[in-house]
Order: sequence, then structure tokens, then C-alpha cells
Amino acid sequence: MTRLRRAALVGNPNAGKSALFNALTGARQKIANYPGVTVERKVGRLVLPSGEPVELIDLPGSYSFDAASPDEEVTRKVVMGEFPGEAKPDALVIVLDAANLEQHLVFAQEVIALGVPTVVALNMIDLAERDGLVLDPAALSQALGVPVVPTVAVRRRGLAELTEAIGSAEELADAQSHPDPRPHITLPERRLTARNIAKAAILSESTEHRIHAGLDKVLLHPWLGPLILFAILFVIFQAVFAWATPFADALDAGAGALSGLVVANFPAGFLRDLVTEGVIAGVGSVVVFLPQIVILFFFILLMEASGYMARAAFVMDRMMASVGLSGKSFIPLLSSFACAIPGIMATRSIADPKDRLTTILIAPLMTCSARLPVYGIIIAAVIPNTSVAPFVGLQGLVLLGLYLAGIVGAMVVALVLRKSVTKGDASGFIMELPRYQLPAVKDLLIGLWQRAWVFLRRAGTIIFAATVVLWLLLTFPKADPGESQVDASFAGQIATAMHPVFEPIGFNREMTLALVPAMAAREVAVSSLATTYAVDSDDEDKTLAALEGKISQLWGLPTALAFLAWFVFAPQCVSTIAVARRETNGWKWPAFMVGYLFALAYAFAGLTYWLATAAGL
Amino acid sequence: MTLEALAIGQRARIVAVDWDRVAPEDGKRLRALGIDEGARIAIAHRGVLGGRDPIAIMIGRMTIALRRAHAEAMTVEHL
Ligand SMILES: Nc1nc2c(ncn2[C@@H]2O[C@H](COP(=O)(O)OP(=O)(O)OP(=O)(O)O)[C@@H](O)[C@H]2O)c(=O)[nH]1
Ligand SMILES: [Mg+2]
Repeated sequence: MTRLRRAALVGNPNAGKSALFNALTGARQKIANYPGVTVERKVGRLVLPSGEPVELIDLPGSYSFDAASPDEEVTRKVVMGEFPGEAKPDALVIVLDAANLEQHLVFAQEVIALGVPTVVALNMIDLAERDGLVLDPAALSQALGVPVVPTVAVRRRGLAELTEAIGSAEELADAQSHPDPRPHITLPERRLTARNIAKAAILSESTEHRIHAGLDKVLLHPWLGPLILFAILFVIFQAVFAWATPFADALDAGAGALSGLVVANFPAGFLRDLVTEGVIAGVGSVVVFLPQIVILFFFILLMEASGYMARAAFVMDRMMASVGLSGKSFIPLLSSFACAIPGIMATRSIADPKDRLTTILIAPLMTCSARLPVYGIIIAAVIPNTSVAPFVGLQGLVLLGLYLAGIVGAMVVALVLRKSVTKGDASGFIMELPRYQLPAVKDLLIGLWQRAWVFLRRAGTIIFAATVVLWLLLTFPKADPGESQVDASFAGQIATAMHPVFEPIGFNREMTLALVPAMAAREVAVSSLATTYAVDSDDEDKTLAALEGKISQLWGLPTALAFLAWFVFAPQCVSTIAVARRETNGWKWPAFMVGYLFALAYAFAGLTYWLATAAGL
Repeated sequence: MTLEALAIGQRARIVAVDWDRVAPEDGKRLRALGIDEGARIAIAHRGVLGGRDPIAIMIGRMTIALRRAHAEAMTVEHL
């Protein structure tokens, strides 16, 4: 008997595999209450009671080994030992949703029939209890011929027992059934068996198990549903401005005070300027947006954990269908509101290749959180902070408008693509709508902390680096007395050379200059502007408030609006381009994506500028 | 009568499915979710803003969203 080295978690989507994986290995994989969250295999380390470590593999959810989408294909390959560079798992842990046994037992039979040592985690026991189900794990174990351990992954219940069962899986293997001798068990036969096993394992069940039916009546209502979705988005963007302001102001004041301290305590010179103009003015101007980012993610995480996300997909499917996409594209596109990179990855759960490609190509049009600082600073500078109605701030309304512009743009582009380069039949929409859950406060806080950390790390690395490089290019060569430092610098010369291209669409030189380092990350547009104006001025005040003042004073409204329009479309993010290359296996589609997005950005920025100018704004 | 024509809340059994009218990948998914001949189902919700698409059906303890085109391929009888 060989030692157990590798165990994999398998089961239907949304059974709680990743939640168990996190609980067992201490990993922080994304978990959310909709099917198709995990799209890649992930490896972690589980320590058995004997002290021996085991490689635990988290896999995408799957309904059958007859894979229908790229993520299911990953699961099949890993379990069958066909995944390149990876040995076949020695043991399998089937994760079942205790409240939906009849469905989950179908795939479970297929897995057990492989004859690999297997353990069943009867997960979500708490939800089964909530729905009035009383289960008999022993009966289930007997019927399946494998050990069954009741668990509640999110409350860490049953983990020790499960670990122990995994540890003994090898020894049990001999006692377990070997590969099923019957060659062809049909799906209907499996379904019948599943029903019978489930019936035998359910000791009692109350008749009313649909606590969420009432909620669905409202949230999926033909016209209330869309109205509610829109209202939720509206509230989110109002909150992003209204709730964040006190925190953002405090952060900004902190940055200002820090800058003052540095000026007071260090001699004037290269280093002091680098810290005040490059680091504090530049990077600081981005960090100030942390509260807004946290608020945005608070709502996204809430929707993901509650089960509302799948309902939103249902409500949006009609619109997606009208442009040749399915509601399946909705969740990757929604993930793109956080960041296009996980959004593009999430398209792996889309079965149809052309559907998937279209979704990848339009994902960068969804307003990612990196655009928030750019929108935030421009809106704060040029849009008055007034209310158009009680509790309806104009700034939040403009922000909502920018998000909607991205969505409408994406829909129109999808329509055109589906009639040209990704022509084909629109594919269908089939999706399990998960049960509603009250999000656990602790999970929510951990999720928020992770997002905040990712943002701060970006600020400390890529944004910091891009800003410091720009500062150096702005500082050298030194200007002669009387000449502007920015004009004399390398960066200024680059900007002057590029400016003729952007002048027709209303961009000034500082904006043009900001576009180049902002390819590294969109937030760098803000830090670049902050640094450029800081180098340019003799003011000691280098806070975000100062940048706001500069923008509202130096940019006309048409120019500011044109800049916003540019960022709705422009693919200012090399990481996104790289991921698109990886997911489409070549440069052809990313090149196409970058080309069309820049063309749209230029056209719409221009249009905005000319229209606003003509309107006398 | 087809599933598409079924009234909301009316319980029914699927008696036949014309799989040729359903894309192969979609067919796989539907069968994997137990939506096949013999399944007992009911329509829970229907479409958004006038259009009757998509449809949410109840099967066992699940609620599943699918398109009207899928429902048109399924013949049902009342229970
Ligand atoms: N109440 C309860 N919720 C759970 C339990 N386990 C997981 N969840 C929740 O169920 C949802 C799905 O969990 P995931 O771990 O993402 O499921 P998964 O099987 O990895 O899903 P895919 O990656 O889509 O295949 C999340 O909202 C979890 O918080 C449990 O034991 N009890
Ligand atoms: Mg998962």
C-alpha cells in the first residue's frame, strides 16, 4: 500500500468545495454563492492526524465527467490523471450539498464508480436543517459504500472527522468497491438510484422547504426585478461617494500632514522632493480612494454571498440575449467590475467558444475598480456636490452614468462582434439559482480586508514604481531659471511630442502625459497628474484636495468630460492584455481588443469634447 | 402541450424532449440537472419586462433558469 499523497475535492458546483478547501488548508480561495466560482485547479496542504502532509486539490464544480465547459474539463482531467504534469489523485473527497442530495448523488455515483479511495463530506448540514431536513449519515454511508462525514464548511464543523476519514481512506480502499464492473450505467438509472438513496437517507422533511420562494417572487418579478437591480446599483454608487467622503478627507488630511512633516524636518533637495512630490502627492492621491474601493467591494461581496448574483444574471439575461450573449456571460462581466482579470478567467465556465471569446473581448469595458480613483478625482473636481433630489447626489449620479456608459458600450460592441468576427448562434442560458444565505459577517470582513490589501499592495508596487519613474523624468533635466520645470523635463518633451495627437479631443499636455504611465495601471493616471502638478507648483500643499483645485481651475468642463469618456473605453492596463493573450492562446485577439478599445476611446472622448464645447459648457 | 405553455405554479411531468432542437452542450447540462423525460417540474418565474424569457423552473429542491427555446422542446402533461 502506497502512502496517501494527493487528494482532490470533487462535486457539483456550489457544494462548498472551496469553502472546505479553505477551512482544511488555510487557503483563501474565492468562495461565493453561485455556481461556477472556481475555474482552475488549486493546490493546498492538509496535515493528517498522523502528522503527514497531503496535497489537497480544489477543483471546479462539475455535473458529470462528460464535460460541457472548459472548467469541467479541468476537473475531469485532474481526476482521471490526464492533467499535464500532475499525477492522478490517490483519494477523492466528494462534497455533497446535504439539502439537495437527490441531485448531488448523481455525480457522486459516477465518482465512486471510479474505484479510487473515496470519502464523502456531507456539507451544508446547517442549511438542510434550516430547510427542515433530518438526515441519516450512517444510512447514506451504507448505501454508497464509502465513509460519510457531516460538515459545515463555513462554521468549521466536522473538519477533524473529515481529515481523519481522508487519512484512513487508503486503508478503507480495499474494503471499498473496485471499479464498477457494470460497463454502462445510464444517466436515468443513476438518477433513480440517487432518488432512492436520498429517500432512504432522509429521516424526515417538512413540507415547506422553500424559504426563499417569497424572495424570488419579488426579485425575479417581471418588472420589479429589473427595477430592484437598478435601484441596488443606484444605491451602491451613491454610497461610494456619500459614505466615503469623511474617511477620504481624513486620509487626505493625513497625507497633507505627513508632507508638511517631511518638509519641516528634511533639508530641501532631491530626496525631499521625491518623497513629497512623487510618493506622497503621487501614491498618496491614489491611496485616498481606499474607502471608496472598500465600499464598492462591500456591496459586491454582499451580492455574491447572499445568492443575489445568480438572480441578477436571470434578470439581465433578456438584455444579454438581445445582443447575442447569454446570462452566463453576466457573472464574468460582473466580476469585471472588480477587475477584468478575474472576469476574463471566469469566462472558462462558458461552454460556447464564441460566446466565451465575445465575453473576453468586452470584459475590459466593465468599469473596474481601478477606474474609480480616476472617475473620483475628476468628478470631485468638476461636478458640483449638490443634490438633484433628496438623497440623490449629482456626483453619484454621474458615476452611475459612467458605469452605465461602459455597460451600454459593451452591449453594443457585443452586438457588432456577434454579427461579424464572432458570428454564430447565440447559446442558451441554463443556471442553477442557489438558495439564499445570510452572509457571515466574518467572511465579509475577511473578503474586504483581502480587497483592501490587494489595492494597497498595488499602490505600494506598480503605482509607486510608475509614479517615481515619471517623477524622475519630470525632474530632469533641470530647467533654466524662468523656464517651467515640466516644459524642460524629458517627460515634458515626450508630452509635447504626443500632444498634437490628443489636442483635437481636448486633452491638455498634463493629461496626455498621464496616459503613458497609466498603461501600467489606470490609477497611475491620478498619481501622474498629482505628481506633474506638484512638480509644476511651488505650493507646499500637495494633497488630493490641491489636485482637485488644479483640475477645476485649469481644465475646462469639456476637457474633463472628455478625459472621463476616454477612461470608459481605453484599455489602460497591461495585465488585462496579458491575461487575454493567455486565455485566447495568442496575440491576435488581444491585439484586436486593444485596437478597437483605443479607437472607441479616441472617438468618444472627441465626441464628448466637441459636443460639450458646442453646448457652451 | 409544451413546457413553454405551462402556467406558473402548475405542476407537470416532462413526457418527451426533442433533443434535436436543443444545442448539444445545453442538452448535456439540462440532463445533468435532471431535466429529462419523467422529471416532475413546475414553472416558478417567467421572463423580464414583457419578454417571456428566461424561465425559472422548480425541480426537486432546485430552482433552475433556462431559456424559452429549451422549454419549447419539451412536452409536458399536467399532474
Ligand atoms: N450555510 C453553509 N454555507 C456553506 C457551507 N459550505 C459552503 N457554503 C456557502 O456556499 C457557497 C458556495 O461555496 P463554495 O465553496 O464557493 O462552493 P464550490 O463548491 O467551491 O463552488 P464552485 O467553485 O462554483 O464549484 C458559499 O456562499 C459558501 O459560503 C456550509 O457548510 N454551510
Ligand atoms: Mg469553488
